[in-house]
Formats: sequence, C-alpha cells, structure tokens
Amino acid sequence: MRRLTLKGGRVVDPANGVDRLADLHLAEGRVLAVGEPPDGFSPEQTLDVSGLVVCPGLVDLRVRLREPGLLHKADIASEVAAAVAGGVTTVVMPADTDPVVDTPAVVELVTSRARARGKARVFLIGALTKGLAGEEISEMAALQEAGCIGVGNAGMPVRNHLVLRRALEYAAGQGLTVFLHPEDPWLAAGGVVHEGPVALRLGLTGIPVMAETIALARDLALVEHSGARTHFCGLSSERAVRLLARARFDGLPVSADVTAHHLHLTEMDVAGYDAQAHVRPPLRSQRDRDGLRRALAAGEVDAICSDHQPHDRDAKLGPFAETEPGISALETLLPLTLRLVEEGVVDLTQAVDLLSHRPARVAGLPYGTLSPGAPADVCCFDPEARWVLQPECLRSRGRNTPFIGWEFKGRVRYTLVEGALVFQDPGETG
Amino acid sequence: MGYRDSLQLTADRRLRHFLSIEGLPRATLVEILDTAESFFQVGTREVKKVPLLRGKTIVNLFFENSTRTRTTFELAAKRLSADVLNLNISTSATSKGESLLDTLRNLEAMHADLFVVRHSQSGAAHYIARNVAPHVSVINAGDGSHAHPTQAMLDMFTIRRHFGEFAPLTVVIVGDVLHSRVARSQIHALTTLGVNAVRVVGPRTLIPREVRTLGAHPCDSLEEGLEGADVVIMLRLQRERMQGAFIPSEREYFRLYGLTEAKLARARPDVLVMHPGPINRGVEIASEVADGPRSVILEQVSNGIAVRMAVMALTLGSHSREAGA
Repeated sequence: MRRLTLKGGRVVDPANGVDRLADLHLAEGRVLAVGEPPDGFSPEQTLDVSGLVVCPGLVDLRVRLREPGLLHKADIASEVAAAVAGGVTTVVMPADTDPVVDTPAVVELVTSRARARGKARVFLIGALTKGLAGEEISEMAALQEAGCIGVGNAGMPVRNHLVLRRALEYAAGQGLTVFLHPEDPWLAAGGVVHEGPVALRLGLTGIPVMAETIALARDLALVEHSGARTHFCGLSSERAVRLLARARFDGLPVSADVTAHHLHLTEMDVAGYDAQAHVRPPLRSQRDRDGLRRALAAGEVDAICSDHQPHDRDAKLGPFAETEPGISALETLLPLTLRLVEEGVVDLTQAVDLLSHRPARVAGLPYGTLSPGAPADVCCFDPEARWVLQPECLRSRGRNTPFIGWEFKGRVRYTLVEGALVFQDPGETG
Repeated sequence: MGYRDSLQLTADRRLRHFLSIEGLPRATLVEILDTAESFFQVGTREVKKVPLLRGKTIVNLFFENSTRTRTTFELAAKRLSADVLNLNISTSATSKGESLLDTLRNLEAMHADLFVVRHSQSGAAHYIARNVAPHVSVINAGDGSHAHPTQAMLDMFTIRRHFGEFAPLTVVIVGDVLHSRVARSQIHALTTLGVNAVRVVGPRTLIPREVRTLGAHPCDSLEEGLEGADVVIMLRLQRERMQGAFIPSEREYFRLYGLTEAKLARARPDVLVMHPGPINRGVEIASEVADGPRSVILEQVSNGIAVRMAVMALTLGSHSREAGA
C-alpha cells in the first residue's frame, strides 16, 4: 500500500528527540509525518498499534548471511526473513563469504539476491585486503562504486603494520570507513576462551585482554596518522572501551560497537564447555561485561550489534576447541537490548538509538530515523509481551544460541521496510 | 560449579561418570580411596581376579596414544573380569564432532557399558559423557590440558598409604602447570581432601597467575618451594615447550627446576618424590632422585591399577544400584 497510518503507538525516534503517543503517517515508502496528518492525507490502510512501541527499523552492523559459499549454514532468503522477524530492517554483511567480497561481482550478486527477497536491506563491507589475506590492499574504489559502505578484514588479521598503514591511508583518500576487529594474532594464537580462571580450570587456551588492547593501540596509532574514519567491531573488554574513549576524546574519527551477548554473558557461561557460548572475541570477565555496560550508558559505544553467525548443527558438535565460534543472534538483538532497559543500564531512547540511528550513522546510511522524508523502515514491538526463546521460534536456519530458555520481555509485532509490511507476528492476527 | 556434580553424580550422589575431580565432594574421593584399598589386596594374591564386572564390556577409547595408561586400565578391567576392547582412533578420522558421535553410537550398539576416554582436546570426556546412552558410564583417562582424574587419585592413594592423612601435609607440584591436566586434577584433589598447603613451582611462563584461584600458591624458586615439603610431585616437561618460548633450554630448566639430591635436602627427611611418568631424566629430575630411596614412582604405577579398578567398579555400580532401587 502506498499510504499507511500506524495509529495509537508510542513513537520513539531518538534522532528527533521524540517519545510520545502519536500516529505515524507513511506515504510512497517514506515517512510523511508524526502526529497530525498533513492536510488532505487519507490513508489506504490504518494499522492499530496501540500498546506498541513504534521505532525506526533496526540497523545491525554485523550479520553473516552465509551466501555465497556457505549455504549449508544459511542463505540470504532465510536470514533476511530472520532479520525482519527481529525488527531489523538493515543488515551490514562482512566480507568473509566464499568467494570473499573483494570484487564488484560478489557485491552485485549478494545485493541483487537480497533485493529479490524484498525483506531487509542488505549492505556489504568490502574486503580491506585481497582475499582477506592481509597482504595486498583491495580495489577499494571499485568496491565502493559497487555499493560497499566501507571496507574491513572481517576478523581476519592484518599482521603487517605497513600493509594496514597503506590500507588506512588509501581508504581515507577514498572517504571509506574502515571496519576493524582488534585482535593480535600472536597473543590470541590457539585461544578459544577468555584468558582467566575459567580457561585455567577448563584447560582451554585463553585469549588475553591484551590481545585486544595491543591490537587496538596499534590500530589507533595508524588511524591517528592516516585520518581514516574507523569503526571498531565487537570490543569485548573494559580496557578496550577505555582506550577507545580516550582516542575519541583526543578527536580521532573512531566509533565502536559491542555485541548484545557480550553485554549479558561472561566467561562463566562457557564453564560447562557450552559450545553455544563459544564466540570470538571471547566472553570475558564480569568486570569486562560491567565495563562495557558503563561505556554503553556513557555514550562511549555507538551501536549494539548481533554479530549474527548462523551455523549448521555439526559446527557446534565436538570438544569445545573444535567447535566453530558464533551465535545465531538476529532474533535476540532487540530482546537482549530491551533487557538492558529493564535492568536499568540504558533507557528506552538510548536503546533504540544504539540499535538504529547511531549504527546507521556509522554505516553512513539514511535509515534509523522517523524524520519526515526518511525511508519508512519501522519496527513495532510490544514492550510488555513476555515470551521464552525456543529453538523452533527462530526463523534463522542457525539454531545455535546460548539463549534458549531465556525469558524475554518485548516482542516484535510488525516490521516495515520502505513502507511495506514485511513481517507480522503470526500471534497478532489484528 | 554445580553442573559437574549433576553430570558426574547420580541423583543419590553416586559416581556415574568420572570426568574431573572438580565438583566432586570429599566423601566421593574418600570412597574411591577406600575401594582402591580393598582392590589393592587383590593385586598381591596368587589369583589376581575378582568376578565383580563379569559380563560387562569396557571400551578403551584412545584418541591420543598412551600405551602406559591404556595398559593399566586394561589390566584393571581384566582383574575385575570385564571384557575389554581397545580402540586407538586417530583424531584425523574423527576430525568432525558428528563422526565422533557416530563412533559412540556404534559402540553403544555393541552394548558397551563403560568408555575409558583419552583425547587431546580439553572437555572431550565431558562432551562424550553428555552424549552417551543413559546406561553407559565414562571415565576420563586424560583430556587435553583439562583433567586426568584417575592419575590424581592414584597419587592421593599413594600419599595416603604413606602418611595416612592429608591435613598436615605440604605438597609441592613442580613444572609445567599451564599445560598439565595432571596438575589441575592433583590441585583439586589435594584441596578437596584438605591438605595444609599446595605450592606450585616453575617459571612464570608455565605457572598461570590465576592458579591462586584453585587454592595453590605459586612459587618462583624450587629451593623455596621445597622448604619443609612432605610430598614433591614433578611434572613431565614436553620438549615442544622450547619452541613456544616458554623456556630457553632444557639445561637452564634443569638448573632452576630440576630435582636433585641437594635441593631435596630442604624438604622434610621423609619426603615422597612422585612423578606421573614417563620421566625425562636430567630434565626435570636427576636419576639419583628418581631411583633414590625417597622415590615412589614405580609404586604409583602399581597403585594405578587398584585405583582404576575402584573407579570402574564404582561407576558401573552406580547403574546396577540405580536399577535395583
């Protein structure tokens, strides 16, 4: 439908400082107005959203769709459907598909397939180095022209400082945002869990916090030199967010996200060798988790992301170190963030901001806001609905999550992309 | 950590699996030692067999080679009159978890009652225990750097046979604690049984800072660590530790942390010298000490059979008693 009114909801739009009961009017795939309809506006359809929170569709900065190349785990169709079921209307995909996103052809393939699905919007981060090998810089300008919103090495190390220096200089010249995962490959070698008392007890090789802080310190020195706008992905330690806050204070063009699971889980969650809690960077100490929460509340973190990594069943079978890291997380991003609101870590406006407007700004995308004229990407959720996560609830093909059995408050009822209803909670037949 | 209790113990707190010392109550450890004591006598008789596990099938599932450990498990099973199947499986054949599960299902279909598992990955025995049929028990014969609980219990058995009690003892563990599953299990066993003190000695590259959280006191100098010790346990130094930049050379390691008669003089006169074997003579221990009067290294090997008999009898017994209840 071309003209739609969402009636009676609580509109939360942090970009415009809006949090009030109001109608939201959409036309031609764009936001027309919040509150009173413009003169002469008559909607073709009205959706009763009373009791629901109406906010910008969520923007998730790190989502693996597994296509091309890893279709045994998931595919674009399954994962964009999972995204909109979780209220996520824009996903950003790292370059580590097979083949790697280091040519315009792969960008074209993924974006055209995603467009054909017509669910969530899909944007790509191109490879920073050819084949993500960390040796030669990629054809960044070509990737940018093909639509990549930035470049990054998708968690693969760039060992050689000189290569990273050149890559940042080159990216800065093209006005590209660089996405980095700070982890020193030597200090992290062989590691699968946070280095600490739990790793010692389990006899698993640890990844020390200094693997993150040393890599981050190097990267920050190169950012300062090159001036490249840089986003740090998935900071996991208190020390790292402190380093980042200092760099930001010094005026460096940096931003960072944390994952929803690092804000809730700690090293203790792997204590039974639970492969579902095997993630990279590893779940760290309670002190680190609390440090991430404080940084979030202080506005020192720009986004919460899912770091969605759907896996096949086999990937999580076997002794812990032989299992693959990652959580199928798209559909728990909003519920885990709302839990932070319930626990008093952030308020609802901050939570929505961290899930929509601020990540959109990091990605340089015009979404994450309900400003008049903005694309009509909207998430409507019931903030009071309680539910328990069961594997069969998940639309993602990946059922790998440590949150099975968790009780959540807050459930997505409607998701709209460009004014079109792309998800409706089957429980809601209104 | 309650999850381990629930995995290893039945509802009435009998030993269903024996995977790690951590999480087991003192009473369970004492029960293992007391049971081992009764089996110890069997080994000294002309006929070394008891018919306790007749008709049971025990599978030695070794994903990592160890003739010594496998042999003592095999002997223990045979002395209990069980049927024994030895399987050495190269880890390349089970590189994926699914095929490891396939292996288990096949063996269960042959009506195995007990798996004795050795694996190079920490947590492998837990993983297997979590995935076996309800009537099957699992004994961990060493998993990665995590645990080697039967080795720790045979050490406790040896200590108790010599001293009779644990409370007054100061025990020193020397060497590569970072990579040692034996050391982890020993520390848990010693603290659970309530010794006076556990010291761990070695270069800081091999003694993790967090070892204090296990209740052990780190010590940089062997001389200092040996002061007044009742028991010294030497750990085997793997040759590959030089490559990882953990130590500069065997020569320097021996000079600092090798056990010699001269250093041993700082311990109590009736000190016990122990080693889980196999020994690197001249690397972690001088031959004069290994073969000397304070050494109980060979005694540990014989005690290992009695302790493994005890653990087999208790884990398999947990089912029959459950079924009978």
